[in-house]
Amino acid sequence: MVNDNALMYSRFLTELTLSFHIIYATIGVGVPLMIMIAQWVGIKKNDDHYILLARRWTRGFVITVAVGVVTGTAIGLQLSLLWPNFMELAGNVIALPLFMETFAFFFEAIFLGIYMYTWDRILNPRKHLMLLIPVAIGASFSAVFITIVNAFMNAPQGFDLVNGELINVDPIAAMLNPAMPTKVAHVVVTAFMTSAFVLASIAAYRLVKGSNHIYHKKALFLTMKLGFVFAVATAIIGDFSGKYLAKYQPEKLAAAEWHFETEEKAPLLLYGYLDDGEVKNAIKIPYALSILAHGNPNAEVIGLDQISEENTPPLYIHYLFDIMVTIGMWLLFLSFIYWVGTVRGWSLVKTKAFHWLIVFGGPLAIIAIEAGWWMTEVGRQPWVLRGIMRTADAATSSDHVDTMLLLFSGLYTILAIGTIVILTRMFRNNPVEQELQDRKRGGWR
Amino acid sequence: MSLEIIGITVLWTFLFGYVIVASIDFGAGFFNAYSQFTGKEHILNKIIQRYLSPVWEVTNVFLVFFFVGIIGFFPKTAFYYGTTLLVPVSIAIILLAIRGSYYAFETYGTKGHRGYSFMYGLAGLFLPAALSVVLTISEGGFVFLVDGKPVLDYWGLFTSPLTWSIVVLSVAAVLYISAVFLTWYARKAKDWQATKAMRKYALIWAGPLMISAGGIVYELSFHNEAHFNRMMELWWIFGLSFLLFLGTVWLIWNRIKYGLAVILLIGQFALAFYGYGFSHYPYLLYPHLTLYDSFTNEAMAIALITAFIAGLALLLPSLYLLLRLFLFNQNYVQGRTK
Ligand code: HDD
Ligand code: HEM
Ligand code: HEM
Repeated sequence: MVNDNALMYSRFLTELTLSFHIIYATIGVGVPLMIMIAQWVGIKKNDDHYILLARRWTRGFVITVAVGVVTGTAIGLQLSLLWPNFMELAGNVIALPLFMETFAFFFEAIFLGIYMYTWDRILNPRKHLMLLIPVAIGASFSAVFITIVNAFMNAPQGFDLVNGELINVDPIAAMLNPAMPTKVAHVVVTAFMTSAFVLASIAAYRLVKGSNHIYHKKALFLTMKLGFVFAVATAIIGDFSGKYLAKYQPEKLAAAEWHFETEEKAPLLLYGYLDDGEVKNAIKIPYALSILAHGNPNAEVIGLDQISEENTPPLYIHYLFDIMVTIGMWLLFLSFIYWVGTVRGWSLVKTKAFHWLIVFGGPLAIIAIEAGWWMTEVGRQPWVLRGIMRTADAATSSDHVDTMLLLFSGLYTILAIGTIVILTRMFRNNPVEQELQDRKRGGWR
Repeated sequence: MSLEIIGITVLWTFLFGYVIVASIDFGAGFFNAYSQFTGKEHILNKIIQRYLSPVWEVTNVFLVFFFVGIIGFFPKTAFYYGTTLLVPVSIAIILLAIRGSYYAFETYGTKGHRGYSFMYGLAGLFLPAALSVVLTISEGGFVFLVDGKPVLDYWGLFTSPLTWSIVVLSVAAVLYISAVFLTWYARKAKDWQATKAMRKYALIWAGPLMISAGGIVYELSFHNEAHFNRMMELWWIFGLSFLLFLGTVWLIWNRIKYGLAVILLIGQFALAFYGYGFSHYPYLLYPHLTLYDSFTNEAMAIALITAFIAGLALLLPSLYLLLRLFLFNQNYVQGRTK
């Protein structure tokens, strides 16, 4: 009795909305921290450039928040509209973090309003900086809470299902599920990393386009340093995520790694393609999968031979995994070279070509975020709640999902174009050089 | 009080908060567009910008709070309402998205195109219409179970006079609430021209508000007799609400005590809103779903209520700070500080 069309379009619509929302959400989680750091550095060094940096970032940030809020509202409602059966069950067990998330939004929204409108009113800059703390906390906690919900979908616990009846519900145990620690940490840290690289792209772009202002150089150095720190953290926590998968969701790891046979001393496959079930042209790193999965080169890693056909996730997630890890390693490397090069005065990092590489860093980080989410979500299939409810049983029975898909595609197109146009216009009409001069004359805008 | 009642009271209170705050917002957008359209933009524009800017995001969170909370406290609503509301709620989301983003684009981005504020104003009128359909559906008669799945009868809904009375009421209420509030706000800002314009709008929309409210009660008397009878048992609540309404209109008419007028207005809508809610009890969706058979388990309910109390302890002081800075700060309201 599954309405196949409704199921298919519900999937498309969920994928579309989430993939769109996550871009804004990631920026929304990471950028407040960056603003805070810039403003703090500015106060400590008594350097107006950093204060202006914080101020300009904030202006761009409110635009992304606005789109984050509207797309977030869309996905929040769509979860109930498209997956009513899932939400009915989930509402019983995992509603608590979802509910707490709204408080985090509330908190952030209130203080962002105050922060924005007090630039010229609160004279003491330290006091003004304090207003950012609740914004950053609220943003990070909205990511924490929503990711807990997603972790629960991967490793449900905290209830018993007896003859289709939910009993012994324990909301706290549901929140503290085994997927939670690595997932939350990885999501939050990658948001910081991505935001740092996105902001670095902007600074690098200005330099490429001929500006030679020290303002952009300071911005670039600060963001690349932060990007490096968070890239290291990302790789370390990513490694823990692999260990989590090996223990609790071996089918996802096996599918992502094209690990067909259970074996010890398992090698890690990078890249390559599948030809009739044969892996071709892959780079094989001996022992590496055993190390990723268990931290021990001799450990046994479960392969797809132990997973029944109907529970095997789609194998294309291997490519997504490769994209994510490659980008992670590349950005780690790039920011490291930049840091060392700047400190040591290498001329390499001042070349136009190098700046171009940094310009592409921001979009690449966003691609990594998308690839990572697609990998973990598709890797959970066919389950919406792993081991409890299949995606096919969760979908709505409504007949109008296809029309809604069209409407929302139109909406997101408009929003995407709007964001880009507004952001470029905003900064082009009011370049830093201009603003610095205005400021010297004593007039902020 | 049982957990069910606590839960629905909390949610209903947040929905009430949304109705008031969003009405002011929607209405303000409409008046703004209207005044631009008739070439008098500079009368209202400043006042409206000043009020709307710092609070628009907070408004949206009230709505999010309600729909997340209702899934938490009454998970079965996801099944009934989730399946049936796909189309109206999707339309509402799109309108909200257009409004929210264009507002931000225009305010923080570059100074605006007329088309933006026009769409913004219009979306503010369609939104209450789209959202109020949920109330109509909750009265029953439009959702049927087919093979155990709820199905919405679009044609029945679209052609029912009840639907249209509720739509008219929601639009009139939005404009009336907004006009009364902005009359007070403009007076506080010492912007006499804007005060005059808003006062006129408040008086104009008072009539349609009462006519459509009366129309709904009449429609209900045959559409959903049980609900109508319970409303009649609570007649004194609605009577009191009507007296407060007269009070507001009287004050506005005589150009005195606009602040008191706003308080009476909130009282009027609170009484009507809770009166409506009580008389709807115990149904969430006639006749399929009641508070009791859709309620979550006890452990979750207690956890949610605990989280709610902790959250309020955090929010109320911050909300107070926001209001003090923007709504009650003479300098800000009058535009002396940025
Ligand atoms: C900038 C983005 C980014 C980068 C560079 C990386 N990741 Fe990642 N990864 C994510 C962004 C991300 C993510 C979008 O945040 C995911 C998707 C869902 C989630 O929990 O986090 C994710 C999930 C995710 C998972 C699945 C977790 C699960 O399903 O529970 C694993 C095993 C890794 N990552 C491992 C890594 C490793 C070993 C990396 C090496 C550097 C790495 N990630 C870099
Ligand atoms: C924000 C980043 C996320 C992205 C980009 C994302 C993406 C996806 C994708 C691509 C699928 C479809 C898998 C498939 O059908 O093959 C999916 C499924 C799903 N996701 Fe996520 N997801 C994200 C986070 C979340 C979170 C936090 C939740 C829960 C609160 C969630 C709820 C769901 C649900 C209910 C499905 C089932 C529908 C389906 O399997 O198609 N997602 N998501
Ligand atoms: C892991 C992926 C996600 C992250 C990191 C994330 C984070 C965020 C952030 C930072 C915002 C902006 C809030 C603000 O700045 O005020 C936001 C908005 C929102 N998100 Fe997401 N989100 C994610 C996925 C989801 C999902 C799956 C849902 C649905 C349950 C959701 C629901 C919402 C809602 C309702 C809003 C609007 C809140 C408001 O009105 O202020 N998010 N999200």
